[in-house]
Amino acid sequence: MKKLINTPETEVVEELAGIAAAHADLVRVIEPNVIVRKDAPQKGKVGVISGGGSGHEPMHGGFVGMGMLDAACPGAVFTSPVPDQMLAATKAVDGGAGVLHIVKNYTGDIMNFELAAELARAEGIEVTSVVIADDVAVKDSLYTAGRRGVGGTVLAEKIVGAAAEAGADLATVTALCQKVQDNVRSMGMALTSCTVPAAGKPTFELGDDEMEIGIGIHGEPGRTRMKIATAAEITAMLATPVLDDLPFQAGDKVLAFVNGMGGTPLIELYVVFNELKKILDARGITIARNLVGSYITSLEMAGCSITLLRLDDELTKYWDAPVHTPGLRWGA
Amino acid sequence: MISYDDVLAWIRGFAAAVAENKAYLTELDSAIGDADHGINMDRGFQAVTPKLDALAARDIGACLKTVGTTLVSTVGGASGPLYGMFFIQAGAASAGHESLTLAEFATAFEAGVGGVLRIGKAQPGDKTMLEALLPARDALRTAATDGVAVATALERAAAAAEAGMLATVPLVARKGRASYLGERSAGHQDPGATSSFLLLRTAAEAMAGS
Repeated sequence: MKKLINTPETEVVEELAGIAAAHADLVRVIEPNVIVRKDAPQKGKVGVISGGGSGHEPMHGGFVGMGMLDAACPGAVFTSPVPDQMLAATKAVDGGAGVLHIVKNYTGDIMNFELAAELARAEGIEVTSVVIADDVAVKDSLYTAGRRGVGGTVLAEKIVGAAAEAGADLATVTALCQKVQDNVRSMGMALTSCTVPAAGKPTFELGDDEMEIGIGIHGEPGRTRMKIATAAEITAMLATPVLDDLPFQAGDKVLAFVNGMGGTPLIELYVVFNELKKILDARGITIARNLVGSYITSLEMAGCSITLLRLDDELTKYWDAPVHTPGLRWGA
Repeated sequence: MISYDDVLAWIRGFAAAVAENKAYLTELDSAIGDADHGINMDRGFQAVTPKLDALAARDIGACLKTVGTTLVSTVGGASGPLYGMFFIQAGAASAGHESLTLAEFATAFEAGVGGVLRIGKAQPGDKTMLEALLPARDALRTAATDGVAVATALERAAAAAEAGMLATVPLVARKGRASYLGERSAGHQDPGATSSFLLLRTAAEAMAGS
């Protein structure tokens, strides 16, 4: 294992210290491992927090700041944070208008956020939760833990954060987050595995000429393993299940998000975006907004994911609203 | 009777077994999960051990509750809440006791398993830690009704947990990250059921003389 770390045990704490030092104008780090917007809590503003295992940077800590998250709770690498973190985050951002928890659909995240929400309510803070579950690679059935929360989470955090910034109340912010969930779908793939520092070896093995379609963001195996194909073929393999699931239809306006898994250069992501544009053009779907880059990663895994969000005027307005965070910034 | 010292020895034994099997549990998890089960459990029990030394009252319930709350606060993932609730609920059911009869221990264990069932919402056959815990719970209950010695009861519970653990191999997971694999999760032993078997095996070892 070759990594730029001191020890696996200290990696997350040292990363947080680095973030606090680099972005002291935007965030502060409080115990126990919570990144909080510097000017939180803001009186009368709904707090929006999220969290999850580390290793997906810039999500979630890189999205704390004006117009997005008020706090983020990073767990150990690929491990859900503990309720103490979400409780501390909830208390730190509560300005009296309540707090929304944006939770990715993983068994551990759900349980730890549930425990934290119970504890926060017991302290008199109004808490709502929305679960993001946008990965169409997983069958949504009684026989699975349900769809994973992936790329749609980034879009939800941006849009919901903007609404909270604009003064929307907790019920409105919560409903908006659910609206994003209801209109967003994603699917990802991997060209290489990734190594959890504490484990010291790759989570799975992929041959030099193989790829995994339908991969999760923790190196969980996907739907199928197959021989490597062209960007055009891979883009179609990801986009088709995404398009057919909602389904997205001719005339729809979408936000198209091509995301890198951590080890894929931007040049390849733009090749994928070009292919995606062709596919959507052919179906009469307009890309009204886009995001191309590595925003929800899986350590150093090479690969990408495609996320499509069906837009309306409300979602577009909040997507366009100013945001100023370490990982995402425009209009401010 | 199961003494306070027996319970302490059990927790310390389980902590040692988790440390010893850290790589093994993580390897099982990398086959069908996300390669962190042993790492996370070990982090939790490294935090638990110093707290055991600091316990003043010889109260089994308070001891188990401390174990549970420490796990919830340090493990994360699904294992933190699941094992945390097991110990918190078992602790609530044995609060104020310096020793437990076998029947009382079986009741506390059952309460712990109830905590796992409630927060995990899994069913028997879903390929989770319950495959080891449920047979162990039933074996303890039967042994308590039959009035066998504590050591015999724990041996039976550990054997039942082991059988349950081994029976997870052909199962298709329906909960947790292994469920994303669908049919591909068959053929692998469940890491959670494996750590739960260790929980029972170390209980049998700690109480072998009781």
